[in-house]
Amino acid sequence: MVSEAGIHIALKGVTRIYPAHSGHGEVYALGPIDLNIRRGEFFGVVGPSGCGKSTLLETLAGLVRPTAGTAIFEGKAIGAEVPDGIGVVFQEDAAFPWLTVERNVGFGLRHARVDSAEVARRVDRAIDFMGLGAFRRAYPSQLSGGMRQRVCIARTLVTRPRLILLDEPFGALDQQTRLLMGEELLRLWRDTAATVVLITHSLDEAAMLSDRVAVMSSRPGRFIAVLETNWPRDRDSRIVSEPGFGQLTSRLWTLLRDESRKALDAA
Amino acid sequence: MTKPVIWRLAIVAGAVLAIELACRTGIIDRVTMVPPSQMAVALVKMAVGAPWFWPDALSTFQNIVAATAMSIVPGFLIGLIVHAMPRLRAVLNPVFLSYYSVPTFVFYPLLIVVFGINSVSLIVMGAMFGIVAMVSATLASIDRIPRVYVKVARVTGLSPWQTAVQIQLPAATPHLITGIKLAVTYSVIGVIAGEFIIATSGLGRRLKLAYNDFDTATMYGLILLIFIAVAIVNIMLQHWESRVHRRWYRT
Repeated sequence: MVSEAGIHIALKGVTRIYPAHSGHGEVYALGPIDLNIRRGEFFGVVGPSGCGKSTLLETLAGLVRPTAGTAIFEGKAIGAEVPDGIGVVFQEDAAFPWLTVERNVGFGLRHARVDSAEVARRVDRAIDFMGLGAFRRAYPSQLSGGMRQRVCIARTLVTRPRLILLDEPFGALDQQTRLLMGEELLRLWRDTAATVVLITHSLDEAAMLSDRVAVMSSRPGRFIAVLETNWPRDRDSRIVSEPGFGQLTSRLWTLLRDESRKALDAA
Repeated sequence: MTKPVIWRLAIVAGAVLAIELACRTGIIDRVTMVPPSQMAVALVKMAVGAPWFWPDALSTFQNIVAATAMSIVPGFLIGLIVHAMPRLRAVLNPVFLSYYSVPTFVFYPLLIVVFGINSVSLIVMGAMFGIVAMVSATLASIDRIPRVYVKVARVTGLSPWQTAVQIQLPAATPHLITGIKLAVTYSVIGVIAGEFIIATSGLGRRLKLAYNDFDTATMYGLILLIFIAVAIVNIMLQHWESRVHRRWYRT
């Protein structure tokens, strides 16, 4: 049981139904969902394709309004706008092709009217942290998919969000790069003390990175289990060789197998 | 210089040479067309000696610039607004699609009644020609903007206006350039043709006077000038388009 003070973001009875549109009936995407995420926690979410994971994340971000129920961030109900203190890294390539790496990373800061010296300092730090130092004046088209995603992560980091929402950020990357990016993410999480919510298809990724992993049902997405990983805070990708890691991913797959089958049949 | 550019120049040079020969050998009679070399000489003579040349040329180009601006800026804004209102778009779509099947010049007399025989009528005429091309290009461009950019804008806390200027405008640029090119072309047609019908100054009016006087050399000299001006603007736009595409899509 977590005290109210320790809860960073919560969902209370949240459902999301997309209204009928262009000849398609309404889509019951999500819920009802109740969720409490602790301050400073790394929370992973796995689920079958189309189960409403992205809708869940966009509800947490304030990008999608629940049809019923409430999303609460730092004790306040989220309204029509994305609250201050939330940063989102999307699954899609969201690096702006008309801006250099430097300008992409500083985009949110410039809007927040942070003074230019501070912008430069934070952008430099984020670029170095993400290993993009040699590419600061490059355009996204000159970078690999992984580097572009790092630009997006850096753009989120510089605003110093207290809650970082990640929607399958490594989806387009190969396995080795995913592991390394996962390590960078863990380093970032430890350094910033932010709360992180990671939506992913990858059971290994969720098991390696998270303090807790929530397993979602096929549509409409609900939580069918939330598993504690009990990993130490200073973990890295080598945790995959721990005996407990295999047991955890095996348990996740057992929970997900039938739901994935249902999702496949529905498709 | 790339091979396609060399071929393009060779084709233009070949066509000019063919017309020159056809005119010089009498295949095309001099009343119908003068040789391109004579067009160039007539243009230089006008530029150096005709007192009306520079004021009229300036008037036409000013009107074209104003009409282009009035096509591009309101066209983009209207496109943004219509895009944000899907029901309005559904209503207006048939209008946009059939707009160019209506001869816009039927409204020129009305513009003259409202604004008089002056630059305003010509600018509005030119803008009426170009604006729908820009609106259509804006709608198509915004359709192609990845939705994730707008989500980033919302997370960043941008207002709708900031989103339009800082996200949608630059994100739509590669596709908007097509609309800008069309807006320039249509504005040139609108202004020159308007001057040709009725105006107190401008190259279109001078064209009509030369045509009425059977002054073929002056007429073709002016046509050559318009060709050169439009070609320069098109080359500049092409260059800009190539630069944007290189920056966005380089692999």
